[in-house]
Amino acid sequence: MFTSVDDVSARLAATGYLASPAVATTVFLADRLGKPLLVEGPAGVGKTELAKAVAQVAGARLVRLQCYEGVDESRALYEWNHAKQLLRISAGRDETWDETRTDIFGEEFLLPRPLLTAIRGDDPKVLLIDETDKADVEVEGLLLEVLSDFQVTVPELGTVTATRRPFVVLTSNATRELSEALRRRCLFLHIGFPDAELERRIVRLKVPGIDAALAESVVRVVGALRAMDLRKVPSVAETIDWARTLLALGADTLDGSVVRDSLGVILKHQDDVLKAAAKLDLDAG
Amino acid sequence: MNAAPSAAAPSDLTARLTGLVDALRAHGVRVGTGETVDAARAVEALGLEDRELLQEGLAATLLHTTGQRPVFDAVFDLYFPRAVGAPEAGPADREDLRERLAAALADDDAELMARLAVEAVDGFGGYGSSPASDGWSSYQTLERLRPQTLLARVRDEVRTRGGAPGFGDRLLEDEIRRRVEGFRRLVAAEARRRVAERRGRDEIARRAVAPSADRVDFLFAGKDRLAELRRTVQPLARKLATRLAARRRRAARGRIDLRRTLRGSLSTGGVPMRPVLRRRRPARPELVLLCDVSGSVSGFSDFTMLLVQALHDQFSKVRVFAFVNRIDEVTGLLVHGAADPEGLGARIRDEATLTGWHGSSDYGTALGEFTERYADAVGPRTTVFVLGDARTNMGDPNLPAVRELTGRARRVYWLNPEQRSRWGTGDSAALEYAGLVEMHECRTVRQLSALVGRLLPV
Repeated sequence: MFTSVDDVSARLAATGYLASPAVATTVFLADRLGKPLLVEGPAGVGKTELAKAVAQVAGARLVRLQCYEGVDESRALYEWNHAKQLLRISAGRDETWDETRTDIFGEEFLLPRPLLTAIRGDDPKVLLIDETDKADVEVEGLLLEVLSDFQVTVPELGTVTATRRPFVVLTSNATRELSEALRRRCLFLHIGFPDAELERRIVRLKVPGIDAALAESVVRVVGALRAMDLRKVPSVAETIDWARTLLALGADTLDGSVVRDSLGVILKHQDDVLKAAAKLDLDAG
Repeated sequence: MNAAPSAAAPSDLTARLTGLVDALRAHGVRVGTGETVDAARAVEALGLEDRELLQEGLAATLLHTTGQRPVFDAVFDLYFPRAVGAPEAGPADREDLRERLAAALADDDAELMARLAVEAVDGFGGYGSSPASDGWSSYQTLERLRPQTLLARVRDEVRTRGGAPGFGDRLLEDEIRRRVEGFRRLVAAEARRRVAERRGRDEIARRAVAPSADRVDFLFAGKDRLAELRRTVQPLARKLATRLAARRRRAARGRIDLRRTLRGSLSTGGVPMRPVLRRRRPARPELVLLCDVSGSVSGFSDFTMLLVQALHDQFSKVRVFAFVNRIDEVTGLLVHGAADPEGLGARIRDEATLTGWHGSSDYGTALGEFTERYADAVGPRTTVFVLGDARTNMGDPNLPAVRELTGRARRVYWLNPEQRSRWGTGDSAALEYAGLVEMHECRTVRQLSALVGRLLPV
């Protein structure tokens, strides 16, 4: 899919995703080694966006499995369409049992869920397994077969093996430690907060109308906030929101009162706001 | 020794890679053969031209969690150094170097700073008999160079260049401080590399690379390390809460109520078609923490207190008591959100009455006072955790008080931050206490989280 790491960066950038060297390298390797990519990092640094951007670059369909507590085989893998099977049985009254049986467990009655969808068919696909840590441990066992051999076993139909391997991205917020077995099968990528230079570029890309000097000071303040010991440090998403807010407020430079009034956009806890205000000396104006 | 790594023969590269993997394993990073093979394939795909790409590629294939990254970076610096041998330029002049460093700090020029770190270690870090000196010291380098004293100069330089002082001005000093911190790290890495060239890479990789935060011994953790640990409290608490919830779910299902199952089976002719499960009373357990906050173990106690406090919504009641040689309740000081983790220890020592006639810890007196004054805190639903090294300073361990405590509470656990082999040595009464209550060695965050996940009542 990609020829070099620079190629990855350039093509991701063309879709509006500015990748750090770490991200570009790992995406390149995931493609080369044909391994799934496990992405961890704080909320709002673009983990899900990465999968979307890769799908766009590759011209692939994005198949998404959103994990939550209680997601199971029938939500993740496949399910038989019972209602339709019943209709089929009642429609063919005079058939023998053997005919009906072979008939109702056919492709027509199978409802493929994301994992099966991703490995069937010949068109390129990107499989995004979002918030893997929210799913129960049992689901990880399910993922192991899919991610190591790219195959799914349906007892009535046999084993479905991928003719074309999807590009797999798993994301996790680390609410739960994922099992070692799952981690082994993946390339590991931690997306942290970008460095100042990259974040400036991201802000200017996502908030087109913003003045370069303002973008620079926004990024500097956010950087200073991240260095403080806060309960919830601002993420890239918050930086962009803040830049948009400032633009909407018509501010062209930052000063104490502007920052104080809009601090709620980037900090989500009252004690964080107070602490930041004290440290940045906002009341001095 | 002067060949660049890119010119290395393939077999040398393999050896280097396996050496790197070995060093990682020595630091507790679990790397399997499969990952090593993947790493080699990554090297093949990426080539050796770009060191940064190589580093990211190896990290992606060899590591599994974020916490392993600092260890990996340090080890990588040793096995795939930026350069080998001494820099080509001659010995540097101190003033000149400081001059150039100030310029680099003002420009935030990472590349130049890396070069200066190399020169600095070469010029000022060597000790022993020159010219082939015996070692390289980052401490000595930084002592002679004193980059922190450049702060005012760099600040003024940036200010004059930046023109009118804007809002960003008030951030400037902190930013420069962070850059200086970065330079210090570069110097440390360079000194390690130079030493490794002398003494053999493998040994230095094992000895001189700091372990990852969750494997640092509480008793020997410095101030920075403790601050780093405190930042991990919230994520760790979240993880433990999920683990507790899972245990609770498991405990809530699956116990068969035999009487009701048999009764139900009467309607199906005595065949138990439908097992009836016992319903569990939703009782959230209570927790009492007794923490030794005397100087020797305060790092451990502070951390555990914060962790338990972060888990407070898992329990119906959490009460925390602190002692040195007298005991006092500090639950109020730990109120969620209001607790300022850094000042916590100091505040506890200021506001609570913890010491009587002297300042050293006395477990016997404190435990006795607890059973007297706070007898109502412990009931049949309470699990008690005692945190401390059980060093009584030769005082009476007051075993009857502990016995009374175990009699009254549901469970009593003792978490001891000392190495098991040192229990009972000197003035430690650990073995005596361990005879009465379940005592666990708890030296690192890793051990603590495993214990807390297992021992906390559900």
